[in-house]
Amino acid sequence: MTAKRSPGRQVLLQGNEAVVEGALAAGCLFFAGYPITPATEISEVMSYRLPAVDGTFIQMEDEIASLGAVIGASLAGVKSMTATSGPGFSLMQENLGFACVAEVPCVVVNVMRGGPSTGLPTNVSQGDVMQSRWGTHGDHPIIVLAASTTQDCFSLTLRAFNLSEKYRTPVILLLDEVVAHTREKIYLPHPDEIEVIDRIRPNMPPDWYIPYEDNSRGVPPMSPFGEGYRYHVTGLVHDVRGFPTQRSEEIVGFMNRLFRKINQNFFDIQQIGEEMIEDAELVVMAYGSVSRSARRAVREARERGIKAGLVQLISLWPFPRQAVEPILRQVRAVLVPELNMGQMSREIKRVNQGQTRIETLNRIDGSLIGPNEILTRLLRM
Amino acid sequence: MQRYEIRLSGSGGQGLIFAGIVLAEAAGIHDGKFVCQTQSYGPESRGGASKAEVVISDEEIDYPKSVKPDLLLAMNQKSCDSYFFDLKPRGILVVDSTFVRQLPTTRATSIPFTLLAREKLGKEIGANIIALGAIAVLSGVVSLKSLEAALTNRVPKGSEDFNRKALKIGIEAARDAMKQKAGIEEYEDSSDQ
Repeated sequence: MTAKRSPGRQVLLQGNEAVVEGALAAGCLFFAGYPITPATEISEVMSYRLPAVDGTFIQMEDEIASLGAVIGASLAGVKSMTATSGPGFSLMQENLGFACVAEVPCVVVNVMRGGPSTGLPTNVSQGDVMQSRWGTHGDHPIIVLAASTTQDCFSLTLRAFNLSEKYRTPVILLLDEVVAHTREKIYLPHPDEIEVIDRIRPNMPPDWYIPYEDNSRGVPPMSPFGEGYRYHVTGLVHDVRGFPTQRSEEIVGFMNRLFRKINQNFFDIQQIGEEMIEDAELVVMAYGSVSRSARRAVREARERGIKAGLVQLISLWPFPRQAVEPILRQVRAVLVPELNMGQMSREIKRVNQGQTRIETLNRIDGSLIGPNEILTRLLRM
Repeated sequence: MQRYEIRLSGSGGQGLIFAGIVLAEAAGIHDGKFVCQTQSYGPESRGGASKAEVVISDEEIDYPKSVKPDLLLAMNQKSCDSYFFDLKPRGILVVDSTFVRQLPTTRATSIPFTLLAREKLGKEIGANIIALGAIAVLSGVVSLKSLEAALTNRVPKGSEDFNRKALKIGIEAARDAMKQKAGIEEYEDSSDQ
């Protein structure tokens, strides 16, 4: 099943619109959601783009049902996604856990706005970084990516689909209000220029299929529901046939496999962007819209003779520690600007183990941190 | 051309974000520059403060919002008061004199966009497009041909002529304002001697 694709071209798109293009390029043919500022444009554009390629768009009664419908569609073999913002993302947490345990590939876009609760609907924030990691209950691995430009919105949505299909896991894509609403000229590649990964299907006869049997990848093959390969789907911890179990070795085997399929592919998932890191003494570590402010601040600092560099965190979870650790050891100090009270800086400090000085720059008033604020701090470091 | 920053400000419902999109598309897609268009607005659909920004550059754009605008369009008094001090030294201030009565500088370009729309187009909703035409002339940052192409591409079918006319009114108003200004400056220069 592939979506109809348009040829490579330059277009002026909003971040939210670029998410739709990325999803369609990945072959997404199902979207269920409930509109919410600042993610509404994703639903809006999907509502007419999907029917045009014989896909399905459903506006659900709420966000709980939205992710439920997405999980169902994905089990039926269709690449599926939903998009929301803070309050809706909170409602999705239960089904997010279900998708983790039932190993259902799907993409959840969360456009971060000021919170908690209804918060600041039209303002930018990065307050959901920890929620995206630990929002659903219980031990679970998860993949979370953060986009910072409109081009990112396209390529990371595509990547989110690829990772979710490859590892049979929900993937969360974090945008923020600025990223979602910034219009930029971007390049939409021709389908021949991009890599699309589809889930591996069983190649044995249906009677031989053991739906959750371990293999070297830790990712069991998956068949669209109703095509003869019988399996049980449950949120309960289950055995290799999908039925609930309380046997210690089966529980441990299942949980370990869930973690292993992400952990052993850490280097495939980990992604950061670097700028002027080679000789850097001061490094700014940022993600989302703030990394654009940081990029400008770092360039201006260089013009003033300060050896500054930028690390843009793209995969937030699992935290890209293998890429970040050597940089932490190389530099004199690190500045972590973010639009919350210090969520990613907490993780960076944990990885740093007290070796390098880490400073934070937090803004929670619903406005983007500007380049000057970062530059001023760099000058004092 | 290095970074050129434009801020369009006023109240929600004046069509400033739409004007920003057209400007960005003209400069980005038709003129081939790098562009970023951002916006901020309140939760209300009409009446709250509204702001659209367009950054145009020959190089890749890092920070997408304006740091110090080169040109500020103020479509009401409140936005003029709030944003004037962000303007770059020698930056261009353009105001809708229908609503902006108190000018913070003598160097401002005053054009009654809304009044022009009311009188020459018969309705106020073309004011943003008139302003867009004026900005293009005053900044010189986008070609008029590209602007018209981007505009007619974005507006609903059947309203192309209305919008083309609005654009033309703005272009002419800005040219008149520039001539007038040149006259005043000439007079000031001569009176210095």
